[in-house]
Amino acid sequence: MSDTDTQQRATRRTVIKLVLATCVMFSFGYALVPLYNVFCTITGLNGKTGRMTEAQAAALPVDLSREVTVEFVTNVDAQMPWDFKPIVNKVVVHPGVETQVEFEVHNWDAGRIDGNAVPSVAPNTVAKYFKKTECFCFTQQTLAPGETRRMPVRFVVDPRLPPEVKVLTLGYTFFQSLKPVAENAAAALPRS
Amino acid sequence: MSQAAAHHEHEHHDHHPSGITRWLTTTNHKDIGSMYLIFSLIMFFIGGAMAMVIRAELFQPGLQFVDPQFFNSMTTMHALVMIFGAVMPAWTGFANWMIPMMIGAPDMALPRLNNWSFWILPFAFTLLLSTVFMPGGGPAGGWTMYPPLVLQTGAAFPFLIFAVHFMGASSIAGAINIIATVFNMRAPGMTLMKLPLFVWTWIITAFLLIASIPVLAGAVTMLLTDKFFGTAFFSAAGGGDPVMFQHIFWFFGHPEVYILILPAFGIVSAIIPTFARKPLFGYSSMVYASAAIAFLSFIVWAHHMFTVGMPLAGELFFMYTTVLIAVPTGVKVFNWVATMWQSSMTFETPMLFAIAFVILFTIGGFSGLMLGVTPVDFQYHDTYFVVAHFHYVLVTGAVYALMAGTYFWLPKWTGHMYDEGLGKLHFWMSTISVNVLFFPQHFLGLAGMPRRIPDYSVQFADFNMISSLGGFVFGLSQLLFVVVIVKCVKGGAKATDQVWDGAHGLEWTLPSPPPYHSFNTPPAPETIEGGMR
Repeated sequence: MSDTDTQQRATRRTVIKLVLATCVMFSFGYALVPLYNVFCTITGLNGKTGRMTEAQAAALPVDLSREVTVEFVTNVDAQMPWDFKPIVNKVVVHPGVETQVEFEVHNWDAGRIDGNAVPSVAPNTVAKYFKKTECFCFTQQTLAPGETRRMPVRFVVDPRLPPEVKVLTLGYTFFQSLKPVAENAAAALPRS
Repeated sequence: MSQAAAHHEHEHHDHHPSGITRWLTTTNHKDIGSMYLIFSLIMFFIGGAMAMVIRAELFQPGLQFVDPQFFNSMTTMHALVMIFGAVMPAWTGFANWMIPMMIGAPDMALPRLNNWSFWILPFAFTLLLSTVFMPGGGPAGGWTMYPPLVLQTGAAFPFLIFAVHFMGASSIAGAINIIATVFNMRAPGMTLMKLPLFVWTWIITAFLLIASIPVLAGAVTMLLTDKFFGTAFFSAAGGGDPVMFQHIFWFFGHPEVYILILPAFGIVSAIIPTFARKPLFGYSSMVYASAAIAFLSFIVWAHHMFTVGMPLAGELFFMYTTVLIAVPTGVKVFNWVATMWQSSMTFETPMLFAIAFVILFTIGGFSGLMLGVTPVDFQYHDTYFVVAHFHYVLVTGAVYALMAGTYFWLPKWTGHMYDEGLGKLHFWMSTISVNVLFFPQHFLGLAGMPRRIPDYSVQFADFNMISSLGGFVFGLSQLLFVVVIVKCVKGGAKATDQVWDGAHGLEWTLPSPPPYHSFNTPPAPETIEGGMR
């Protein structure tokens, strides 16, 4: 009988370890979210653009021998009652020189709306060389009914940008903030 | 293991209830194994019926029978039913039946958990299959459930998620049980390197399950909270990223494909030596190759998403690791061929299926290599070439191994020989039609036909018609499989204990059919040595 006991105890130990492993892997699934984000921020992958303080931007060396065209594209999520456009469609900059451009957004809905702009840079493999010191995408934007707002973006192109890259595209998509959806989860259910 | 002793055991345990309660409450590994296998056969036909709808609609260009939404729900459900309902439970069924008998154990280590892990499945698939009748129809965004598309699913969405949770819970419980059984219940003298390869590949599969299914559970939970509770894991509006889902999903998804195929390697490694009447060539290299495949499966996931926009370094990394898997897989194919080399082979139905497995799975492996090469994957991505590839490895791979295993052990399970003529007819009908079904899909894919589309331009018409004809014949041929099984269960020539004269292993030392409780006393070490030879 003690043989069976030993076997049962061993089985229990195995099971405890395996259940723990299952829990660890479930958490790991969730941990992948911040891990991928950190990975993308460090490498600048996935169009995640870098942030810089004004002081850091000013300390960058200036390369006047090179010109880089920065283009701007804007999108608004299909369900969002906003207009959104850049004031200029493209600028030509020297790497290391800080530049300011403006975007205009207009809320044509009858209600106040919160929006978030999500930036991305193409080609995404060089997104890490595009640094912003100020951006309306850093914070949520709330627009009153009929309100129009001009919003600045200050950026600098890192002189370490690979020489073969001559054009960068900065894209923004405005999404309505998720809060109203969260307040009424039932609304997310489809109507048949 | 005398009949008299077995009979005595049986009387001793004769309190078990009869009728449906017996099956609801049973903790016997053979009962549960049978239930798993019958369940997966039913699912195989439900998923197959969906495939017939798909092939009927694709028989000609234009929309004939179903609307596009329903078509897409058919492709989605076909995949979910076949992967989680047919192949995975079938492997667990084989494991339940065979592993205790192969390692000389009286039962699984956790019999009651075993009962639960089976009985979760009918509930999971009731949830999933009921969605077809719901407003908005079944899930139609593809089995990979990519957001944001999947978030547009109608009332079916939460049912899909909870069904996936249940299926996952069932397979994790099954995996825990199998590891606990093999690690703690082996007969004395049954060392790890004496385990039959089916047991080995199943242990590795079980570890893959425990490491990958919880990640899937997490990913679908994130989808659920994104849709109903305002989180933004995959929604750009809240700072999330839809591509993140693909990374998490395929971290599960790639090990999953080896979950589906590794036990097949084990079964084929049991069948080929039996009918070649030679010991398996390179047993230990088979074990190490399986482990190597399992390890590599965790570092290749992004080859499913070469086109999402990755840096060159990432694409190269995932290309190299993917192509590296060909090395251990090649070792296995080499060993199977070397086992058959200069052997005295006979070609009974299990052997026919096993040989077809080696040849056709290798074709699927080669098309996999093509897909693994990043620059050309940009052309093949999401075309019928991918469909052809994964059906070669799953139908003529996993499903063929399941059929080979069924024919191989059916006489052991039932005590009767199956109808060899019908079995061979089933094999030849299946093998000819499955190639007519899937081989032209390579050409369709290379010519640019996208997958998951109910209609197509006319230049694809001929190959689609050929493929559909093959599909209908393949579907009908599987009815023969059922006929063979039913006939065999009902009667037939009495099977001997050893059944096949080249068969070695502990399960063949038991009577056919084996007693309800086997190996209550562990087999003698000589039996293990003799059985393993």
